Amino acid sequence: MIDVLYFAWVRERIGLPREQVETTAATVAELVEELRAREERYALAFSDLTALRVAVDQDLTDFDASLKGAREVAFFPPMTGG
Amino acid sequence: MRIVVQEQPFDLGAEANAFAANRTDMGAIVTFTGVVRDDPEKPLRQMMIEHYPGMTERALEKIATEARARWALGDVLVIHRYGPMRPGEQIMMVATAAPHRKDAFEAAEYLMDYLKSRAPFWKKEQGADGEGWVAAKDADEDALSRW
Repeated sequence: MIDVLYFAWVRERIGLPREQVETTAATVAELVEELRAREERYALAFSDLTALRVAVDQDLTDFDASLKGAREVAFFPPMTGG
Repeated sequence: MRIVVQEQPFDLGAEANAFAANRTDMGAIVTFTGVVRDDPEKPLRQMMIEHYPGMTERALEKIATEARARWALGDVLVIHRYGPMRPGEQIMMVATAAPHRKDAFEAAEYLMDYLKSRAPFWKKEQGADGEGWVAAKDADEDALSRW
């Protein structure tokens, strides 16, 4: 079981800020494939991965990253702080 | 080093004075303040800033720690707000203290460049014609390459 968090327009497209996901995905990319296959709103949110960023356990990483031991994965658009 | 992430406004003058107080070895204090900017062409009613609690503080600490490793700094302050803000309201501030101004200026610029694209904040503009997420600019990502 892993906590999956969504922010900004990713949260709006999927329609919820976080959820618990039962998964056997070994990498972020595999988790994305599982989510895409769920429903249209997920497919839409994950249609262009170049427009998305990912953090595993609150550290920015890439879609090839391993999920071994991960508790929390977050998907969001490029950040706009400052 | 002090990192603050809060919804309520901060007092720029009081923060800057407190940051500068009681130092005899720092010849330079630089402060930068980010303000919600209105656009006469497309009037802004409100800016909504979302963030990732937990990761935000970690990311800001990492950026500030890196700045301290690169420049001779006496201290670093970062305050960043989230939630709804009106045009003219202060969004965030950074302050750097160093013996000499070059370090203080450069470190403040570095903090701002990294904070823009590596701290998990997202801005949504809400105006009379609707609302939309502010897109990250390529120039902001490119700015990181100079460091």
